[in-house]
Amino acid sequence: MINAAAAPPVLRMAGISKSFGATKALDDVSFELGRGEVHALIGENGAGKSTMMKVLSGAITPDAGRMEIDGRPYAPSGPGDGLRCGVSMIYQELTLAPHLTVEENIMLGREVHAAGWLDRETMKRKVREVLELVRHPEISPTVPVGRLSVGAKQVVEIARALLNKSRILVMDEPTSSLTQEDSACLFEIIRGLKDQDVSVIYISHFLEEVQRVADSYTVLRDGRSVGSGAMEGTALEDIIQLMVGQKFTQLFPKVEHAVGEPVLSLEHLKGTRMAAPVTLSLSKGEILGVAGLIGSGRTEMLRTLFGLDGAEDGMAIVSGVEVAGRRPWTRIRRGLGLLSEDRHGEGLAASLSVADNVTLSDLAPYRSHGLLSPARQRRAVAGLIGKLKIKAKGPGQKVGDLSGGNQQKVALARLLHQKASVLLLDEPTRGIDVVSKSQIYEWIGNLASEGKAILFVSSYLPELLGICDRITVFHRGALVESRPTSEWDAAGLMAAATVGRAPREKPIEQRNAE
Amino acid sequence: MRRHSRSGMGRALNLFGPFIGLLLVIALFALIPGVQGRFLRAANFKSVATQSVIVALGALGMTLVIIAGGIDLSAASNIALASVITAYVVNAGAAPITALLLGVLTGGLVGLVNGGLVTRLRLVPFIVTMGMMGIARGAAKWIAGNQKIDAPMTWVNELMAKSPRPSWLLLAPGVWIVILFAVAMAVLLKYTVFGRHIFAVGSNEATARLCGIRTNRVKILVYAVSGLFCGLSGVMEFSRLTVGDPTVAVGLELDIIAAVVIGGGSLSGGEGSILGTMVGVLIMSFLRNGCTMMGWPNYIQEIIIGAIIIIAVALDHLRHRTA
Repeated sequence: MINAAAAPPVLRMAGISKSFGATKALDDVSFELGRGEVHALIGENGAGKSTMMKVLSGAITPDAGRMEIDGRPYAPSGPGDGLRCGVSMIYQELTLAPHLTVEENIMLGREVHAAGWLDRETMKRKVREVLELVRHPEISPTVPVGRLSVGAKQVVEIARALLNKSRILVMDEPTSSLTQEDSACLFEIIRGLKDQDVSVIYISHFLEEVQRVADSYTVLRDGRSVGSGAMEGTALEDIIQLMVGQKFTQLFPKVEHAVGEPVLSLEHLKGTRMAAPVTLSLSKGEILGVAGLIGSGRTEMLRTLFGLDGAEDGMAIVSGVEVAGRRPWTRIRRGLGLLSEDRHGEGLAASLSVADNVTLSDLAPYRSHGLLSPARQRRAVAGLIGKLKIKAKGPGQKVGDLSGGNQQKVALARLLHQKASVLLLDEPTRGIDVVSKSQIYEWIGNLASEGKAILFVSSYLPELLGICDRITVFHRGALVESRPTSEWDAAGLMAAATVGRAPREKPIEQRNAE
Repeated sequence: MRRHSRSGMGRALNLFGPFIGLLLVIALFALIPGVQGRFLRAANFKSVATQSVIVALGALGMTLVIIAGGIDLSAASNIALASVITAYVVNAGAAPITALLLGVLTGGLVGLVNGGLVTRLRLVPFIVTMGMMGIARGAAKWIAGNQKIDAPMTWVNELMAKSPRPSWLLLAPGVWIVILFAVAMAVLLKYTVFGRHIFAVGSNEATARLCGIRTNRVKILVYAVSGLFCGLSGVMEFSRLTVGDPTVAVGLELDIIAAVVIGGGSLSGGEGSILGTMVGVLIMSFLRNGCTMMGWPNYIQEIIIGAIIIIAVALDHLRHRTA
């Protein structure tokens, strides 16, 4: 490891404060970033991380405090200033133009030209160089970005930032939509950046990952910096403690539940977009985890089961009745509920209210003589908002205004509202804060204790190991292995997911909590 | 962490935006000394209302289509086709009510085909309805033998009479029909499951599908309803002209779409309201009426209305950023 502490800080932020109306978003926050250092910025949603990064990029001006880059005062008046001083942002929501090529995206706004005529050769060379730099020379500059995988898109974003000769790179939840492999690649790239003296501010909810990649950390809570230090030798529990303030009991709350009779069974079900037929069964009160890499066919199985994709072979039986056809509403009637992995694109209608989103799949109770009663709708949803601890101004608030964790709770509230008895949850905790995660685990446990059956698809192994009764693994579209959770460990799941077979014997008791 | 003053302004714009426009237009002409007297007369308001009927009916259906994220470019051709069919049937000696119903149903059928093509062939609504625009116009000319169809006067022609009989109606029956259907559609959008589904499909079709909504059915119905309104609008066109004219209403689909957009409808779907649309229709009618009274040439009207559309959409944009 490079001795980052010895070098003078590349960035110093001191006494930064910023208020929006009565809300203090940042309150006297100080922050230091060394040359070639990877510094994790940790905190719940709303803790002030994004405000702080907006101050750094120049998108907003702080009320108080000062910043220095390389010891020189830095007071950006807009995002353009930030870029010129070598500060680049890589946002959680990818900001690429899908119809343009890799080269066009990377060079966007910085095209090399002579009197308006594009110098394609120079640009191609530059793009090749920068792709080399991020260790992905195999990405073709002439491919439209829309055709790349999410991971490759992320690489393109990073390449774009590097082309800008950035010395400070801010990554906001860079791995939230990456597979394990792509994440590993990203860490590799980050290590490469360190060697070139680029400093990285790394924002992520995945604490294990933070621990792996960061040299130091700063925790924000309610707009204040509540702790910082070197990553090495700091326990995750301590960081969680700092994040949430109050005593944090358990990330994976244990809820007692008993497994009952089978309620869902797939028999050689093969959808048009599935690579292989799948057979599995799920019982009342059971939480069945589904592990596997992104793209291994888990989502396709759920979509086929739910009637969003067509089935070409086999069958699906829910409570003794076969369900078939590309008709999602018939699945909802049979008690299935699907939580989409794509919250923004599919899961929620951002411009509609919380009440509308929750009740959309079952409006019948609010209808009399063909007319809807919005008042009754809002009353019913107000109850769920309280029950699920959704932080919203009320049922009438637009879903798009809520934080990620609260949006996800709204999506879950819909399944509760439609009284689904078999819940198909696709990555329910992706990209949300740790407290919301813990709450979601608790409901999943509660639902199981009420006798609901839960199919829990996740790429985050600790949560599968933490709450599931049984875990099954997908590899290249096929189900390779299914065992009770006590017979799995993270390494075994990873092996099954990546090479398609699990070690027969469970290794020695090394599956301990972090 | 949002700035509340701005979001408050956004909400105010949202609620009153279209009304502000309407009041401005009325105030503008009411303040010009030359036309003031004639413009503010009840008789003038009556005639503006009557002149609005045809666009208003088309715009009622178009509002649903636009909220659902679609567009119906065939509306005006569909109106012409329905007017020709109505004239044809009256001329053939059938009962006026039969002619009226057949006119409306023709419009509905065209809408149904639009919806069917959009959903079954998964084509972009713009393309499907643009094709239908030509087909319906051509069919109208074909049926009419490329000329106007004369028809004997019946009670159908009184639907658009400026001085209605009985006189206690105050407004032409056609205006009352618009009001009736506007209320019905506003209720449909706000208080029915179908209405909610229309918004959901327009806001995020993938979410709607995930929620078990039969998105295709919603879309087909929306286009069919739009078609029915065009049919009714065509009957009103026949009533006004007393002949079936296949070349009538060319380009009117743009007025209809403009009315919806001025009234807050978003061409990317998920937003719009009947009240807003009706205000949009009135803004355009009052502008035309006022310009005519001023003796301004047609091209001035066109320029003003064009500018109004751009301003309305700009306001819409502002609303999106603040709200």
